[in-house]
Amino acid sequence: MAALAAAAAAAQQPVPSKAGPTLIKNATVLTVTKGKLENTDLLLQNGKIAAIGKNLSAPAGAQVIDASGKYVMPGIIDPHSHTMIDAVNEGSLSVTSMVRIRDVLNPTDINIYRQLAGGVTTINVLHGSANTIGGQNAVVKLKYGRDVDEMLFPGAMPGIKFALGENVTQKNSQTAAQATGRPLRYPSTRMGQEEVLRDAFTRARDYKATWDDYNAKVKAGDKTSVAPERDLELEPLVEVLEGKRYVHAHSYRADEMLMLLNVAKEFGFTVKTLQHGLEGYKIASEIAQAGTGLSTFADEWSYKVEAYDAIPYNVAILMRHGVVATVNSDSDERARRLNIDAAKMIRYGGLTEDEALKTITYNGAVQLGVQDKVGSIEVGKDADVVIWNGDPLSVYSTAETTFIDGEIFFDIKRDQQMRQQAAQERAALEAQDRGRRAIVP
Amino acid sequence: MTAAFALAPIAASAQLGSYNPSPGPQGTFAIRGGTVVTVSGADIPNGTVVISGGKITAVGANVAVPANAQVIDAKGLYVYPGMIETGSSVGLSEIGQGAVATVDISEVGSFNPNAQAFYGIDPHSAHIGVARVVGITTVVSRPTGGIMSGEAALMNLAGDTPPKMAVVPRVALVIELPRSGFGGRGFARAAALQQGAPADANRVRAAQMDSLRKMLRDADAYGKAQAAYAKDKSLPRPAHDVVLDAMLPALNGQMPVIFPADRANDIRDAVNFAQEMHLKPIIMGGQDAPAVASFLKQHDVPVIVTAVMHLPSREDDPYDVNYTIPAKLAAAGVTFAISTGDRGSEIRTLPYNAGMAAAHGLSKADALRSVTLWPAQIFGVGDRLGSIDVGKMANIVVTTGDMLEARTDTKYLFIDGRAVPLESKHTQMNALFKDRP
Repeated sequence: MAALAAAAAAAQQPVPSKAGPTLIKNATVLTVTKGKLENTDLLLQNGKIAAIGKNLSAPAGAQVIDASGKYVMPGIIDPHSHTMIDAVNEGSLSVTSMVRIRDVLNPTDINIYRQLAGGVTTINVLHGSANTIGGQNAVVKLKYGRDVDEMLFPGAMPGIKFALGENVTQKNSQTAAQATGRPLRYPSTRMGQEEVLRDAFTRARDYKATWDDYNAKVKAGDKTSVAPERDLELEPLVEVLEGKRYVHAHSYRADEMLMLLNVAKEFGFTVKTLQHGLEGYKIASEIAQAGTGLSTFADEWSYKVEAYDAIPYNVAILMRHGVVATVNSDSDERARRLNIDAAKMIRYGGLTEDEALKTITYNGAVQLGVQDKVGSIEVGKDADVVIWNGDPLSVYSTAETTFIDGEIFFDIKRDQQMRQQAAQERAALEAQDRGRRAIVP
Repeated sequence: MTAAFALAPIAASAQLGSYNPSPGPQGTFAIRGGTVVTVSGADIPNGTVVISGGKITAVGANVAVPANAQVIDAKGLYVYPGMIETGSSVGLSEIGQGAVATVDISEVGSFNPNAQAFYGIDPHSAHIGVARVVGITTVVSRPTGGIMSGEAALMNLAGDTPPKMAVVPRVALVIELPRSGFGGRGFARAAALQQGAPADANRVRAAQMDSLRKMLRDADAYGKAQAAYAKDKSLPRPAHDVVLDAMLPALNGQMPVIFPADRANDIRDAVNFAQEMHLKPIIMGGQDAPAVASFLKQHDVPVIVTAVMHLPSREDDPYDVNYTIPAKLAAAGVTFAISTGDRGSEIRTLPYNAGMAAAHGLSKADALRSVTLWPAQIFGVGDRLGSIDVGKMANIVVTTGDMLEARTDTKYLFIDGRAVPLESKHTQMNALFKDRP
């Protein structure tokens, strides 16, 4: 297992930035963690934020962007995304901890580009919520046009998705299942979900003990011990028990969330985030006490029974109780306007501007274990920043330039040029096609 | 004065379709000192709006406040006409999944012109209180499905019974033209697939179109027979037929017909069909409307744009192809309104749909018109709703800032001259749990 972990770590080494230095001048900089800085310059160099201040001078060869009247904020982090995945659910079993989103990431998904145009730079790609213990997630920087290996977020904490409630019990599709003779899958109640979790972690605990025994013997010089057989299902769960893998658990109702938190407590691990957690506000203290974060919709509700008690005040209530809370999209569409969803948090519950911005930046970084790299504008952090033509908390503003590791992956002027190129290309191809048709009888 | 509705009691518990507090009586109110955004004319800084008997009775910078008026201090606030969401099915559906018994959107069968949304709307739907908090005061709620889905209702979002909510109980007929081929979600494709022969889709569609034409022609003949009998009682009395009867207002041109259509060819088909049958079309959806803008303009057909927030439908479309629909229609002179296209709970994102259009080329003033005055005009109530003018129905929203901004809060809301509590199921749950230790 140690060798495997080392290999995984090697794959997540940062790729050196291909960008030269950039100096963004005279912007309103929303640092998120250190307030709003007016008329401030930002120097991006070697893929990092190299300097923040007034009247910075441009290093040799730097591209200089005059951002007078414009705003700069950290790249948006979407803690719940299904972008880039060519397979959403491995729903055959109750426990599929062995499958990995990383294996089915599609780096050419056009939604990457659409989200860059909405200021998103990092996403947490989770598979669906069809089973109690799902597969391993992937944290991705939206470097559109690059290989998957270059897009995986270096140093992000590995994670795994769990799911509770209706999507797991499949109550909404049971009638169809019966009609087609498809057998019902266990579990089909919230009781069963608790049992599946307990059973899986009991097995994982035993598996870990077997390995611990073996490793202890080897360490003591025993050369005759035979290594236990590897179990790809249980390995990720052992990592959860060891605090090396985060749990991101899809959930809606307060009762099921409490159930999971209690199981986790019993087995000695922390649930990193409750995903959606629509009724989190009902048990905000318990969530805070468990050290668990929550990532939810800004204002979606009522689309199914277990979403009926969802309220847009959820995030504010949780944050007031000390929970690290975020606003997510769970949608290729909504991901493009998370800035507007963040602004709703000011209206519903009275978050400050910085707190509202945190729900789509810094808090997401914390939930993914990358808060030392992204999520706020600070010297030394990755140069994942977005220039907006106005206050990003306004519906009237649009992102103009999106940087990741100091490199531009979306630029509104370049986009216009590319459109013209594409139109010319199309016209040329169509002309060619017409010519061909004219010749062939 | 605010005590009357600001301190409405909090109900003991939330239930399905619960907690949608009723408005107060039609009193006399003077909203004083705010920036009045009339929509129809210039903004009035430090203006006053007087409401009485359900109507706006005075608007201006120097307006006398009636002695009996409850005065609302709107200093630093903004006063808007209520927004109108025209693409909804509010009140017809509470929860789509897992509570199917609360879904009354679609009737059985293909031709239900006599199915009226008005009779199915639950005045206590929790969606209502939630939607009005953002400033939506009026909706068009429509049935869907089949070919003639039924009749939409124009409803104010306040009142304990449908008659008290209704502005126009039968505001439009909904016809979902069968669409051909693959990719359509129309009846024709479903029927063809059911027969296991997708290639037959065009044949099925043609048959459905024939039935539709026949129904409308039958209704036309029925209407003429009724009219003739009304004039001359010596003629044989035509038997009353509720189904044919329901189509008459549309055939007489009194009632517009909503045609859901997104693709350019579907939009063209709908308009051509409407012309052929002498119907007054409103296109709902309109994703490709910019591509047929001159055609729409030429035929003077309005569009309810529900696609602003939709993902581009083609991979090589520009990322902002749908954000820019309203700006393109405005530039082409096409009449339009913006809608979320959501059936119920998410109509409260209406202001941000308009805001998004403004971020992408539509003027801010037109963005506001597209959710207030223009939808009112499209549905024939431009003389009663959609702007702050003397004589109009008093649907008024008082906000802390620009009504289309997500961070803006609503301070006061009036519908039909009644002060509406800003409590909702959501504020109720917030109050119950926010301070729980």
